[in-house]
Amino acid sequence: MDDQTRIVNQACQRVGNDRLRLMDILLDVQRELRCIDHRSIAQIAQQLNCARIEVEEVASFYSFFSSPRKGDIAIRLCDDIVDRFQGMPAIARAFEQQLGIRMGETSADGTFSLDWTPCIGLSDQAPAALINDTPVTRLTPQRVVEIIAELRHHGDPAKLNTAAGEGNNAHPQIAVEVHNQIRHRGAVLLNDAPADAGLDVALTLNSDAILQRIEDSQLRGRGGAGFPTGRKWRTAANTIAEQRYIFCNADEGEPGTFKDRVLLTEHAELMIEGMTIAALAVGAAHGIIYLRGEYSYLKQHLESVLSQRRQQHRLGCSIGGRPGFDFDIRLQLGAGAYMCGEESALISSCEGQRGEPKTRPPFTAERGYLGYPSVVDNVETFCCAARILTRGAAWFRGFGTAASAGTKLFSICGDCDRPGIYELPFGVTVDELLIAAGARDPAAVLVGGPSGELISQTAFERRICFEDLSTAGAVVVFNDRRNILEIVEYYMAFFVEESCGYCTPCRVGNVFLHERISKVRQGLASPQDLAYLQELGDTIAKTSRCGLGQTSPNPILSSLQNFPLVYSALVKERDDGWQAGFDIQRALEESRRLAKRRSFIYDPSYSDSTNSDKEAPA
Amino acid sequence: MNTPIRFQIDGVEVLAEPGQSIMQAADAAGIYIPRLCDVEGLEPQGSCRVCTVKVNGRTAAACTQPAAADIEVENDTLELTNYRRDLVRMLFHEGNHLCPICEASGRCELQAMGYRLGISQPTKYPYLQPARPVDASHPDIVLDTNRCIRCGRCIRASRDIDGKSVFGYVGRGIDKKVGVNGDNLLATDASIDDCAIALETCPVGCIIQKGMGFYKPIGERSFDHQPIGSNIEGNRSGAAHREETWRQGEE
Repeated sequence: MDDQTRIVNQACQRVGNDRLRLMDILLDVQRELRCIDHRSIAQIAQQLNCARIEVEEVASFYSFFSSPRKGDIAIRLCDDIVDRFQGMPAIARAFEQQLGIRMGETSADGTFSLDWTPCIGLSDQAPAALINDTPVTRLTPQRVVEIIAELRHHGDPAKLNTAAGEGNNAHPQIAVEVHNQIRHRGAVLLNDAPADAGLDVALTLNSDAILQRIEDSQLRGRGGAGFPTGRKWRTAANTIAEQRYIFCNADEGEPGTFKDRVLLTEHAELMIEGMTIAALAVGAAHGIIYLRGEYSYLKQHLESVLSQRRQQHRLGCSIGGRPGFDFDIRLQLGAGAYMCGEESALISSCEGQRGEPKTRPPFTAERGYLGYPSVVDNVETFCCAARILTRGAAWFRGFGTAASAGTKLFSICGDCDRPGIYELPFGVTVDELLIAAGARDPAAVLVGGPSGELISQTAFERRICFEDLSTAGAVVVFNDRRNILEIVEYYMAFFVEESCGYCTPCRVGNVFLHERISKVRQGLASPQDLAYLQELGDTIAKTSRCGLGQTSPNPILSSLQNFPLVYSALVKERDDGWQAGFDIQRALEESRRLAKRRSFIYDPSYSDSTNSDKEAPA
Repeated sequence: MNTPIRFQIDGVEVLAEPGQSIMQAADAAGIYIPRLCDVEGLEPQGSCRVCTVKVNGRTAAACTQPAAADIEVENDTLELTNYRRDLVRMLFHEGNHLCPICEASGRCELQAMGYRLGISQPTKYPYLQPARPVDASHPDIVLDTNRCIRCGRCIRASRDIDGKSVFGYVGRGIDKKVGVNGDNLLATDASIDDCAIALETCPVGCIIQKGMGFYKPIGERSFDHQPIGSNIEGNRSGAAHREETWRQGEE
């Protein structure tokens, strides 16, 4: 048996050849062999006794799995617009120079590979990158030189000589140079309330009383959509089934969002406490924390918190001495797919499938994981639930607005002096956030990430809450020197990259939107192109299958609405009625390069004899 | 016996059995809702979105949306026709659909849908012009995924009817395509007798049976005389109404 066969077989055996655990198998194979090639796919299929195409369907979906071999040290640079504005192009050049390879390539000796990846949840300490699982932040070209020299010396990203961040980031199980940057602690989440006080209260209550408290608190989901948590739990509890499941959505991937990273680092106990309360309320015996692959450096820490809680009888059998209350949690790592933040796609991924949303109805609270009622809530939502049990529904409702109870964690980044985490009551205005974060000359703010709304100065007095501007936490500040269309174009590229491809409008329509916004940015657009963007955006929003598709045209639709002058400055109506379909000079570039000469017709200076011998620029 | 559900489609009262989708109820009532990925006999997946209707004012896919009492469904409206036109155009432009040289021409559901919706000219979108290799390894079957519309009918037919897994989706986003269970079709257990390979399973010219190219002359092909959906509309006098829809915003 050769090494490859042995490694693949071991990966399968580690999860008992369980088809549902295909993600774990693929993660193991990718980590050890640095790729998942056709031979490994066939071998996995044989071990799991399933069709090879089933394995390939999953392996080809997630961006952290690759069929060409990646380097032993895979370097992924965050290509988010915030990182780009904070100097990522120079960092990428420094990596390319130091490694002698281009972005997207693997070094000849197989040691290093260099790739782009979307937001890794470190926008407040950009430019940032992942080296295998290890995040590195606030990169400078000089620091890149040091990192590569060090990696060439010892070859282990985990041993990089970094100044670990504060709090648990310095814990030996985490030990990374990530900073929490908690700028404002509110009353609900970011404080030191007694551990498990909420669970202790819940243990004295019956299921209905717990559900009643959550309903009374008017808690709404913190992942963006704002669905009433109590109603979701009640639905799962009331659905007749043999089993129920609790899922914690720790797959925050909305560009510019990083608040769950801080909760997972500093308040994992609180989150698990919330999950345990949910399990008690709905009658679930199993829970899964779906942790995005970008946060896999937190895996060991979370595993250790789970095992500590098992020892304390706060997980496992007869929790808190309550007979019959059995609940345990496992961790599921993702592998680079924004789509999996959608609750039914997250469940698909946990079932060892492509991370595509499921058909609704039925809703996951009725029929989710393996067809059983499943509660999927965001990290912050579970933390809130635990606090609500401790302090009561009325206390919680005392914060926020009429339809948005409680406080909210905001992750603020971009052009501001104090990027980081702010816990503030719902209803806070954008202006207040900008002042708190020390924004400089803000001209545009993206509230809720690219699927939210890009607003201009005229809207800075708007409030952040479900009644007005809603957000899962992302508040990205752009100053008046940033190019709005560059921002919009980037976010459309993000959606093209992250669309699962299931439905036509999101898969194809976003490619067309991206193509046309690039044309606008190049100054080649006519007024008809703006109508095209509006109409196509409407079709995508109205016909897409899930929330990702329905909100994917938002960067364009909200900027068309809020920044009309930016567009009208670039769009020209021509007197002759023609449309500038393309740029002839750009179109000729390749021919010039191949022919190694200029065009007689399109380069006027060509006829000038002093130029005729000159080669076209490379 | 379950009580039937009553609801309305474009103001017409329709009955549905509990558990039926809006699409199934509409079909039974002789009302055609345009669709490409959905076909009788296969589990609906709601991916092409051409069957988008409005249910009490909100858009939904008719093939996966359950019929419910007293809902008001909009189907044949200019707004929905325009969405459907956009979706069909997207599918045309995503692949290489050169009708005059395609074996499926005349029986192609994408082409027929284009005609039914009044798309008769090149459209506003750019052409993506994929250049994926054609798989002609199998003695009886050719697979040209450049013409695939990702409807998944072959995947579902192979898995759920043939009890095989010849096809599956690979890749993501715009790179999502139909892959086969092996290095090529020859390496799979695909057979010309599979339901997945049957002429009516693939709505376009992606799966082609060798020796069957252009097997019916022009004038005898499925959609030469009647537009797609006519079999469902039956004798219902839909023709006049349809003509009216065609004229609305015709290109």
